[in-house]
Amino acid sequence: MKLPQAWRQPLAIVGGVIALAWIVIALAAPLLAPHDPLAQDLPRLASPGPGHWFGTDQLGRDILSRVMYGARLSIPLTLLLVVLSVLIGGLLGACAGYFGKWVDETIMRFADLVFAFPTIILAMVVAAALGASLTNAVLAVLVVAWPAYARVTRGLVLGVREREFVVSGRLLGFSAWRSLRVDVLPNVTGPILVLATLDIGTALLLLSGLSFLGLGAKPPSPEWGAMVASGVEVFDSWWVATFPGLAILTVVLAFNFLGDTLRDALDPRTARAIKERAL
Amino acid sequence: MSPTSSSEDLKGDTARRKPGRSGSRSPLIRFLARRVLTALLLAVGITLVTFVLTNLVPGDPVSANLGQRALGDPAIVAQWRAEHGLDKPLPQQYLMHLQGVVQGDLGTSQQSHRPVMDDLAESVPATLELAGAAILISLVAGVAFGVVAALRRDRLSDHLLRVLSLIGISVPTFWLALMAFYVFFYRLQVTPGSGRIDPTMSPPPQVTGLYTIDSALAGQWDVFASAVGHLITPALVLALYTIGLLTRFTRSAVLEVLGQDYVRAARAKGLPGRVILFRYVLRSALVPIITVAGLAFGSLLSGTVLVEAIFAWPGVGQYAYKSATTLDLPAVMGVGLVVGGVYLVINLIVDVLYGVIDPRVRLQ
Amino acid sequence: MSLLAISDLKVSIGGKEILRGVDLDLRAGRVHGLAGESGSGKTMTGLAVLGLLPHGARTSGRIALGERDLLAMPAKELNTVRGGEVAMVFQDPATSLHPMLSVGRQLTEHMRHHLGLDKKQARARALELLGQVRIPGPEGAIDRYPHQFSGGMRQRIAIAIALACSPKVLIADEPTTALDVTVQAGVLRLLRGLCDDLGLAVLLVTHDLGVMSAVADEVSVMKEGLVVETGPRGQVLRDPTHPYTRALLESLPGETS
Ligand SMILES: Nc1ncnc2c1ncn2[C@@H]1O[C@H](COP(=O)(O)OP(=O)(O)OP(=O)(O)O)[C@@H](O)[C@H]1O
Ligand SMILES: [Mg+2]
Repeated sequence: MKLPQAWRQPLAIVGGVIALAWIVIALAAPLLAPHDPLAQDLPRLASPGPGHWFGTDQLGRDILSRVMYGARLSIPLTLLLVVLSVLIGGLLGACAGYFGKWVDETIMRFADLVFAFPTIILAMVVAAALGASLTNAVLAVLVVAWPAYARVTRGLVLGVREREFVVSGRLLGFSAWRSLRVDVLPNVTGPILVLATLDIGTALLLLSGLSFLGLGAKPPSPEWGAMVASGVEVFDSWWVATFPGLAILTVVLAFNFLGDTLRDALDPRTARAIKERAL
Repeated sequence: MSPTSSSEDLKGDTARRKPGRSGSRSPLIRFLARRVLTALLLAVGITLVTFVLTNLVPGDPVSANLGQRALGDPAIVAQWRAEHGLDKPLPQQYLMHLQGVVQGDLGTSQQSHRPVMDDLAESVPATLELAGAAILISLVAGVAFGVVAALRRDRLSDHLLRVLSLIGISVPTFWLALMAFYVFFYRLQVTPGSGRIDPTMSPPPQVTGLYTIDSALAGQWDVFASAVGHLITPALVLALYTIGLLTRFTRSAVLEVLGQDYVRAARAKGLPGRVILFRYVLRSALVPIITVAGLAFGSLLSGTVLVEAIFAWPGVGQYAYKSATTLDLPAVMGVGLVVGGVYLVINLIVDVLYGVIDPRVRLQ
Repeated sequence: MSLLAISDLKVSIGGKEILRGVDLDLRAGRVHGLAGESGSGKTMTGLAVLGLLPHGARTSGRIALGERDLLAMPAKELNTVRGGEVAMVFQDPATSLHPMLSVGRQLTEHMRHHLGLDKKQARARALELLGQVRIPGPEGAIDRYPHQFSGGMRQRIAIAIALACSPKVLIADEPTTALDVTVQAGVLRLLRGLCDDLGLAVLLVTHDLGVMSAVADEVSVMKEGLVVETGPRGQVLRDPTHPYTRALLESLPGETS
């Protein structure tokens, strides 16, 4: 099978390889990791070297193993997060666009309100109010992430709704739900998919940011943002913060490479709409 | 040529004709008035959201603020609640809150025991200085890189800028801040440490609250140098994400304009490339760029929370963080209001800029 | 006298041959009509003259403006020819004027660049031009923006812009296609009048043989990147030799052969 044109690009390949590598690491961490990520049995703050290639932290844990195990937390949670926001935002946006009138007004004004706050600040308040835990951090990010999808979906649905086949379907007496599912949905999935790919990076940055602030993962858990935070306390042992940060960077970068290539494959108008909304 | 044919043309036109130049002011004012009204409505919405968020969620401010011993004593708890108006029904609390907001009273912070307004008056300028510097850097660099990428489309520099800008939007801000602090301050010692100015100096007399501007106004050049030196690293760290964003976006906006008929028409007129770029291409591309820059400012404010934490920058980000983690409700609501207000002002600025750039908006 | 002579012009984009050896001859004071079906290469011929072909186009042949070959000309020199000696009017006046620049600005900037006029002189000349293309109230019109004019007026403004530096050759690419039928006649008469008064050589690109028969002196017909027939209007339209021209003529509504 030949890869589609859009994927035969170096960026997409690099992104795909890195993403795949991380998924493998996440799945196989127990096999790959040289140490127990929680065991405090190594010398403290040992600099990178044989036996502990990424060094050890202030409790004598192996950073390489912790980074590997961190993938088991961050990657599935981020993916779950994006899937949920696509579902929630997409559904709400589709309803707003399809039904219009007060449904549209209510949903979109809500979205506007969420947009009026910088994401971290809103997520921070939500996370703090719910109490610090990784689950609550995910919920908090969800609260700020859905409106982007609602807006894009609404715009796309509005565009599709007036097209002939939808109108004629309605004239034939098909139910609103049916035409939403059969006529509208297939036309909006492409752009939404691109947006979601790009959003994986944003979501991971936000989630690890909350953990960095102490509003997500709780101590011994090897979450990358929290690991960077613990590196702040001992910042002359640079390796403690550097490697988990690089892990975040590479995962986000991989998905951004993929998403950017996918976006180029879309028609420019939709692509721009996405870019504006995805901020 | 008969005069009738030109009057044919005129028919559709006279209806659209505007009164002379003197008349063009009032539509702009009406346009602004409409914007301000929408902004006010959104402002009320913002107070409501911050209020609901801080009240309907399960977190308990009492336990976040009183020590274990005090919590065990119901009398102390009740007194604390009454002191902060927490014993009243929620709608009444909201109205009290709203009334206070209108009078410029945001309540007293449960942490600092000072009026929230005073806390904000100190931290807001610090953040505005940081975010303002970052957005300026991002606009200049992002637009310049984006234009270069568009003009050299598909060449090496375009590909390079694409990779670099994607890296820019992928770096975790908090990590970058830490790395920059470690490398430039701790290792190389080329940048000053945390804070807004050298701890041995006293801040310049307050005019705007922005140390760089205030010190320049007062002619205190040593303070100015110190303020700029302290500002530059966190601002650059903060800007990296938005530079990446604006580079990517400017590129596509410029490419889109380059394909327009009027650009080809301008080339057909034999204008020099530089004039076409600045007068024809950038002017059009600026409209979408400004939209995105407005949104980017929002993401900058997010970034400040993380960057301020590392650089000990005494701004709203740190204040928001402290008050959120301690569930200091008045402070959180104050931050929400300020941040929402900044968002509204940014939107307003963006709208006004549309009008300045695009006569179709101005003369609507 | 031949002002602009295109000979054996070939253009290909991305390996695809778009023009396969076009010959055209434009004379002062004459309107040369260029007809042909969509995609036959009319626009590309016009763009090739000004060196405005899309990115990646390859050209060969000769486009002689007097003694000079425009195809061989360095970019800088070509820029003085563009707008100065050869000007172009595009199909759609809704998109060929910059929406955010005033009419006066778009009328004067290339005059100031090519002719070295100062602000005041350029403005005076702009007012004169607006009068020439029958824009009522030039004084008021000059400070307005394109969106404040109707389509026909915008096309007149575009023509004024093209005429600003007194070019010798005007290429009008379907200048009336985007306009109302009632407005079309006015714009065409304007072009014809300007051609007669100023001694311009006009290349009038159009789909419309009706338009052609109304204003053109010579007519050429293109098909698939080649000029298949050329000659005086009367001859080509009344007595076409090429079967394609005959087919075109027969498809004209209301025309009975
Ligand atoms: N940017 C481009 N890249 C590649 N091919 C192009 C490009 N623009 C046009 N073409 C091709 O060049 C050929 C000639 O196009 P041209 O625009 O000159 O036709 P035309 O005679 O002006 O048609 P119309 O009457 O529709 O304006 C067409 O086959 C078209 O597909
Ligand atoms: Mg054409």
